[in-house]
Amino acid sequence: MSGVALVMHQFRFDQKVFWRNPAAVFFTALLPLIFLFILASVFANADISDLDVKGSTYYVPAIITLAVISATTVKLATNLPAEREAGQLKRVRGTPLPPATFVAGRVGNSLVISLVMVALVSVIGALVYRVEIPTETMPAMLVTLAVGAFSFSCLGFALAAVIPTEEAAPAVTNATVLPLYFLSGVFIPQDELPNGVLNFADAFPIRHFFEAMFTAWDPNTTGSGFEFGQLAVVAAWGVFGLLVAVRFFRWEPRR
Amino acid sequence: MPDPVISVEGLRKSYDGLEAVRGIDLEVRAGEIFAFLGPNGAGKTTTVEVLEGYRTRNGGEVSVLGVDPQRADRDWRQRVGFVLQESRLVPELTPREALEQYAGYYSSPREVDETIRLVGLEEKADVRTSKLSGGQQRRLDVALALIGDPELLFLDEPTTGFDPSARRQAWEVIAGLRDLGKTVFLTTHYMDEAQTLADRVAIISAGRILATGSPEELGHDGETRTEISFRLPDGVVGPDLPYGIRTAARIDAELVSLSAQDPVPVLRELTNWAADRGVGLPGLLVRRPSLEDVYLQLTGGTDGAGEGS
Repeated sequence: MSGVALVMHQFRFDQKVFWRNPAAVFFTALLPLIFLFILASVFANADISDLDVKGSTYYVPAIITLAVISATTVKLATNLPAEREAGQLKRVRGTPLPPATFVAGRVGNSLVISLVMVALVSVIGALVYRVEIPTETMPAMLVTLAVGAFSFSCLGFALAAVIPTEEAAPAVTNATVLPLYFLSGVFIPQDELPNGVLNFADAFPIRHFFEAMFTAWDPNTTGSGFEFGQLAVVAAWGVFGLLVAVRFFRWEPRR
Repeated sequence: MPDPVISVEGLRKSYDGLEAVRGIDLEVRAGEIFAFLGPNGAGKTTTVEVLEGYRTRNGGEVSVLGVDPQRADRDWRQRVGFVLQESRLVPELTPREALEQYAGYYSSPREVDETIRLVGLEEKADVRTSKLSGGQQRRLDVALALIGDPELLFLDEPTTGFDPSARRQAWEVIAGLRDLGKTVFLTTHYMDEAQTLADRVAIISAGRILATGSPEELGHDGETRTEISFRLPDGVVGPDLPYGIRTAARIDAELVSLSAQDPVPVLRELTNWAADRGVGLPGLLVRRPSLEDVYLQLTGGTDGAGEGS
């Protein structure tokens, strides 16, 4: 099999495994949609004062942020340590499958799940909450999605590399991302958050990804909607994650 | 003679200053089932992981299929298959799917259906692996190791924790590999497994090889003795036995047992004596030492538990 065909082969099985695992589908695909229904309904008509948008418009890019990070960082950082400790990665490593192909299959898997989630959130937002799907800023939305999904996948591999055990994986991952969702304005509208909190959140990539995504969805945006500054921070985090992963990722269980 | 499939000279490996493998030599020839037998913590898994390319070594020369496994590449991995001591299957896939996935990794894989038949999983081929019994999962492990049609297979304790019938089935599968012309390197701490399957055996304990040979050769070397036992015939007491027997034997209740390096003269004396007296030798048993006896003698009967592997 050629390199590309082998990546597709690997991706096909990763997809099969994902959609057949009810817990994975619930946490990665359904939970973000449940949050969308709750938050967009509760805050439907609340004005997000400093942004001049309705709550429902605010929560579509917010839940896209949540969904992309769930499909990438959270999914990879919880699955890979479990597979490592179960000896599954070691078995794969003993075959001729190149490690890069394995990684590409997993990143592709996370990318496609992210895309599916963005499509679902967009359609639900449009049909249920009348949130207009961006047209002029669509390229910016897709580029933001691509940069975000790649970078947060790299961070998923980095977290997987430093998480010692299968048991620690969900705890460490959630302890990392959950507070940042709150502090970055993903759950709580940002006009309710003190500046100090937002400044703190700015040190991490979630807030920057959300801001770039929000600009692409903001009806007040004029022009193409690219937030290159925000994307640069997200990408820098991605590179950092990649370096950590390359340096520390292991295929064999700790004993 | 063709080059050995595996050759090891003076292999050393230590973890944190603790020597797990202390200079061992091995040679495995093409087409044989080679059993690496030893108690838990003897250095079996360390050795096999060095041979598989998972571990670096501290010293010695190692060649597996003509390649140093420390520099194993994709081409080398096309030619070897591993059954790891512990490796869970992907629970969401069926055996057929798992084999299709792995078949894609190799340049000339075996046929999936035929491989399923080979390990006897026809009836479970389309059932999620999470629904398979331990023995069935292990057979799928073997199938996954075979799917690339390797020349050499490593099986690390393939039947540990099996019930007797699952072990029998696994043994049939492993014995079948010989018919396929595969070379098999098997680690085990079960003597009967080595005795049943192996063409040659190496016994390892505390990081050193204590003996190498076929199970029969190991049973026959001068160190080990043949056991002879019988019950005292009616009306005969211990002191009635011929002098040579009487002095060498242990008599426990009615049971007389003795061991001899060469059993033939002892048996001659014993049967002549019985014929002269017109008595029988009830329950006469002449037992050649089994691999187990050799193993227990060599390893001192300890299982080395707690040393870690």
